[in-house]
Amino acid sequence: MEGREQEHRPRLAVWKLASCDGCQLTLLDCEDELLALAGRVEIAHFLEASSAPGPGPYDLSLVEGSVTTAEDAERVRHIRAVSRRLVTIGACATAGGIQALRNFADVEEFRAAVYARPEYVATLATSTPVSAHVPVDFELQGCPIDRGQLLEVLTAHLAGRKPGIPAHSVCFECKRRGTTCVTVAHGTPCLGPVTHAGCGALCPAYGRGCYGCFGPSDSPNLRALVPLLRSDGADRRDVVRLLRTFNAAAPAFAEASAEVEASAEAEASAEAGASAGGPAEAGAPAGNGDENGTEGPGEDGPRDGRSTP
Amino acid sequence: MAATDGADGAVIGTGGLAALVRLLRERGRTVVGPTVRDGAVVLAELESADELPYGWGVELEAGRYRLRRRADGAAFAHSAGPQSWKTFLYPQRVRRWSADRGPDGALAVAAEPEPAVSYAFLGVRPCDLRAIAVQDRVLTGGRYADPDYRGRRAGAFLVAVECTEPGATCFCASMGSGPGAGPGYDLALTEVVDADGHRFLARPGTDEGAEILAALPRLPADGGATAQAARTAVAGAADRMGRSMPPVDLRALLRGTLEADRWDDVAARCLTCGNCTMVCPTCFCTAPEDVTDLTGDHAERWRVWDSCFDLEFSHLAGGPVRSSGRSRYRQWLTHKLGTWHDQFGSSGCVGCGRCIVWCPVGIDITEEVHALHAEARGGCGAGGCGCGAAEDGAAEVGAGGVGAGGPGAAPGTGP
Ligand code: SF4
Ligand code: SF4
Ligand code: SF4
Ligand code: SF4
Repeated sequence: MEGREQEHRPRLAVWKLASCDGCQLTLLDCEDELLALAGRVEIAHFLEASSAPGPGPYDLSLVEGSVTTAEDAERVRHIRAVSRRLVTIGACATAGGIQALRNFADVEEFRAAVYARPEYVATLATSTPVSAHVPVDFELQGCPIDRGQLLEVLTAHLAGRKPGIPAHSVCFECKRRGTTCVTVAHGTPCLGPVTHAGCGALCPAYGRGCYGCFGPSDSPNLRALVPLLRSDGADRRDVVRLLRTFNAAAPAFAEASAEVEASAEAEASAEAGASAGGPAEAGAPAGNGDENGTEGPGEDGPRDGRSTP
Repeated sequence: MAATDGADGAVIGTGGLAALVRLLRERGRTVVGPTVRDGAVVLAELESADELPYGWGVELEAGRYRLRRRADGAAFAHSAGPQSWKTFLYPQRVRRWSADRGPDGALAVAAEPEPAVSYAFLGVRPCDLRAIAVQDRVLTGGRYADPDYRGRRAGAFLVAVECTEPGATCFCASMGSGPGAGPGYDLALTEVVDADGHRFLARPGTDEGAEILAALPRLPADGGATAQAARTAVAGAADRMGRSMPPVDLRALLRGTLEADRWDDVAARCLTCGNCTMVCPTCFCTAPEDVTDLTGDHAERWRVWDSCFDLEFSHLAGGPVRSSGRSRYRQWLTHKLGTWHDQFGSSGCVGCGRCIVWCPVGIDITEEVHALHAEARGGCGAGGCGCGAAEDGAAEVGAGGVGAGGPGAAPGTGP
């Protein structure tokens, strides 16, 4: 279209709540595209790149980080008020991030144990995603986000189209990449079948199981995956740890880890009862879960009955 | 040339196989065949026959794949690797066209040229030969012919290798697509390793195949002994299939079980991860992917592999039509074994067993169909009902089947 130069350039703002900066750095990492981007948008607010923020309102706000303080909760409402479109970037902003591990523990205890002057630290009991506080137009998952996907969100916004960000499992990308499945061929525990695509199935390409950095896919079946992780040698604690990392508070992962934890506790109390004279395996699930649990991940052991929990 | 080979074909040794790869490469072809990488027999470009998986076999089960060393040094004693030939004929991501907007605002759209690649596929199993024929019908027939597929497929030279070592997840015999090679190959090989040595019975299927075979060094004529050994080995393979489908009209079975309880059972186990469709040699579904650049003056359309297990796959106005795992698993099975007949005149399943092996949770298409069959016959559920399920593992099933009253065969891994 002629006269684009005179057109209003959309105003972009980048915000940070509780986070590590990794996701916004992804924007600076778009070296080859930065000039073209600066030609198409006015980078009005981006403290990581410039200390002179321009005033709102903004056409597109990218928000990194989770809400962990009362001030954050207030700020996120302000961001929403001055933004036409609000896109969250990264696991912190979309799921609460690694700091959401506090949601499963006692924050008071942490505060007392970690800080010399705990009374100086004002914090909420939970770390919550932006969507728990204000409406969000699009959530870009990943810890950190993928550079190509960030550019896709920006170009889609400029073209007025929906971003082409598939929400299916990492397995789709893994097969397209031509990687041999590490679970099937090596018995390595992998979160790929329940994890949102976006990384290009990076870890399996290097022989590792997926760690779930991108959070849950659009239709994760954790009840089917957990028995598979177990038969691949992860014991219950391992499964809980796998699910409680960067996306610990994403509902699908949080529910599954809580379920596994509850069944571990039930088993422990049953065992305690058993050692008092009852049958030894009273609380164990069907199958030989415990035996499998002692195998190291990747071990080439037999795996029968894997489709039954 | 071919005439001098007689009805039994010619016998070549491993030296002849090496010469075959050399000759095909000299003729400008990209030779693709099996080779060992990352703990699996994968398909990759071969520079020489030395890269073939000599001495490697596989141990297959639902959701499990392991390489195993073989003492006999066979090159083709493996099955159901993680890829199929569609990886090369129908690549996972292909550009269809690109468009540019000039300074005057005019749009110029450029279609992607047909690929100029000349493949030779070495080691096409009989089931995969059938799968290529199935994809030919889908992708080169009818109104929606795919120029990219046509370009890759048109000049491809197919060297089939018959199966003498079926995997525990194979059921080509019950789908009528193996273990002997059907039509469609340029050259068919059958590997024989015994006290008389390591050799291949070679038969041409086309003029070009005959011409290539005539140029290969041969082993001395052995009075038909190798041909006899090859026939025996292939016939023996048919009796050693690890899995089978119930010998019934599968299309009718699927049509009649749309509301079966079994779909809930399998949906509880299914990850909807899409692996089964990605490894299936006949699945052809793709999604369009439109990309624009930051200037907004350049756009491209790509075609990428997709799957009916993708929630977005059935997204219409208002949301996905198949939102439950149940409806997505049912789509896969009913398309594969049922409606494929209505669309393309054959089954969409050739019995290669890949979907069984590469399903992380080991969901087994044959086990699911046996369970549907059992449920349709009177609700005895997922086997274990003592209904006299016959051990006729390699039951022959014609396209029409033998009707719903036939005996059901218990799958190898029935619960
Ligand atoms: S390696 Fe992981 S991501 Fe890849 S196909 Fe297997 S389970 Fe899926
Ligand atoms: S449905 Fe399964 S067994 Fe049948 S052709 Fe596809 S991958 Fe092979
Ligand atoms: S089974 Fe699913 S992915 Fe495969 S061809 Fe049919 S609809 Fe497409
Ligand atoms: S059947 Fe297996 S491979 Fe297919 S989508 Fe379900 S879990 Fe994945």
